[in-house]
Amino acid sequence: MLRYLLSRLGRALVTLVLIVSAAFIVLRLSGDPAITILGPEAPPEAYAAFRAAWGLDQPIWMQYLKYFGAIAQGDLGNSMRDGRTALEVVGERVPMTLAITLPAFALNLLIGLPAGIFAALNRNTWADRAIMAGSVMGFTVPSFVMGLVLALIFAVKLRWLPSGGSDTISHAILPVVTMGVIGAAVIARFTRSAMLEVLGQPYVRTASAKGLVWREVIVGHVLPNAAIPTLTIIGFMVGSLVAGAVVVESIFSWPGVGRLLVTAVANRDLAVVQVIILMIGTTMVGANLAVDLAYGWVDPRLRTARLKTA
Amino acid sequence: MSAIPDPTSEPTSPASGSVFTAKAGARAFFEAWPPMVLIALAWIALCLVVVAFAPQIAPYDFLALDLRARLIPPVGMGGDWAHPLGTDELGRDVLSRLIQSVRVSMVIAFLSTLIAATLGVSLGFLAAWFRGRVEQAILMLIDAQAAMPFMIIALAALAFLGNSLTLFTILLGFHGWERIARISRGLAIAAQEQGYAAAVRDLGASPWRIYFRHILPNIASTLIVSMSLNFPEVILLESGLSFLGLGVQPPLTSLGNMVGYGRDYIQSAPWIMLAPAAAIVITTLAISVIGDWLRDRFDPTLR
Repeated sequence: MLRYLLSRLGRALVTLVLIVSAAFIVLRLSGDPAITILGPEAPPEAYAAFRAAWGLDQPIWMQYLKYFGAIAQGDLGNSMRDGRTALEVVGERVPMTLAITLPAFALNLLIGLPAGIFAALNRNTWADRAIMAGSVMGFTVPSFVMGLVLALIFAVKLRWLPSGGSDTISHAILPVVTMGVIGAAVIARFTRSAMLEVLGQPYVRTASAKGLVWREVIVGHVLPNAAIPTLTIIGFMVGSLVAGAVVVESIFSWPGVGRLLVTAVANRDLAVVQVIILMIGTTMVGANLAVDLAYGWVDPRLRTARLKTA
Repeated sequence: MSAIPDPTSEPTSPASGSVFTAKAGARAFFEAWPPMVLIALAWIALCLVVVAFAPQIAPYDFLALDLRARLIPPVGMGGDWAHPLGTDELGRDVLSRLIQSVRVSMVIAFLSTLIAATLGVSLGFLAAWFRGRVEQAILMLIDAQAAMPFMIIALAALAFLGNSLTLFTILLGFHGWERIARISRGLAIAAQEQGYAAAVRDLGASPWRIYFRHILPNIASTLIVSMSLNFPEVILLESGLSFLGLGVQPPLTSLGNMVGYGRDYIQSAPWIMLAPAAAIVITTLAISVIGDWLRDRFDPTLR
């Protein structure tokens, strides 16, 4: 188990280094920040001073090493627009984003898993068809359309909920529901097909043939085995929640990291963009690591197999 | 040899007899071509006509202002047939803008999917041909791309590189290449083991010829299916970025761009936003339906 853990951690670190390097390469490909920030009309001395201030006049490999050194020390540069450290600018938005993504994630699981399991156990009934028809939505309705349609119904027509802002808890409802429903549709679909796959296995037939109550077959044999592919898709959901937050926060004027990313991209505030990318990269790596560890927890075969080869 | 039945001596098909009626024929037809698929195909055909003949079909120029006819509602909400889908805040005809947007979005999605397919197939074949280190490097790239949500990669690239239509299309071409690369690598490795690939190799064919003239046609059906799954995702991605104001820029318009600007009028003129939103949903739904159907028909292993 320890070796399994270490190999996963090592892989996570390599991915992080790759993300940081990619950020550096793209940063350097993006043209001269001095011109971007100061404009093409500035005097040459201003460019030189700017380059010296940001260390842009050193050789590229020095910049690369310094870049890693700075990141290791948590120094990610200042927001080129408002002068505070980029980490500070992004950090104050994080709680707002967590405040809508965590409930949305919970909603994904609370709706998606039971709906998928129910649909699989009642295959080809009207309930199954209705759930599957609903889940098509998760793949074909983009979050900005879902968000705007919900806003149109509940904020504009019915006037039950506010359409934007973050003053009260009722402002969070529409963003959470938008992300929650779409993710739930995706999870329901994958859970259903994972369940159907397992239900067709010989050991399920054996379990019920040896006289187990159907409920025990489901709880003891089907669910644990269906959990493995479902975990993979839950890992993917973290990524799509992050991407969804970018859109949903923009629709509902929710002051989180996603909306900050959009404005930082539009203003080309590269330090802020970079902090957000690294943060999302770390989150994704962490999520994948968590999924990998959860595999070992759900599937004892994985644990022992690694032990034997180790 | 006599054990092999002569195909011509099989009992003749009873289709012409009285057992199978026209009703059964219709049923067989709809089993092969489900109604949903037919509707989806019809919608896509309509889109293709729109893509080809947008300027001829559109009743107005999509940029033409008519300030006296601002925010006219569509037919059914109090408008008339002069503007079937109403007009926007500058009096531009929503139907004409929608037609232009479908054209722009479809062309971008098509070109991007083509780029993703070319990139994916080339890298997949490279990995299959060289194995060893080249393969490891390509597999690492595939993993790295799959580790980040593409929306975020795209946003970062737009921040760093700026935006133009060409750059935007190429950027979207990086979506989904990793899936196609993974599939084409697997299929090419399997195909290498088969007799026909070894035969042309022994005849002295170059790797280029083996892969692109012999293996590619043999694995094309699976690749086309996975491209058909990529296409709606690119449409959603393009419209999402354009919606955020970071994709297709005005005066040009795309479906997401229309929704984004229509959002400001969600209270007074929701039709500006609803028309392109519906077009996005119907188009992606139609392509998914066709993609699933193609997959079931041509490639049961992808299920």
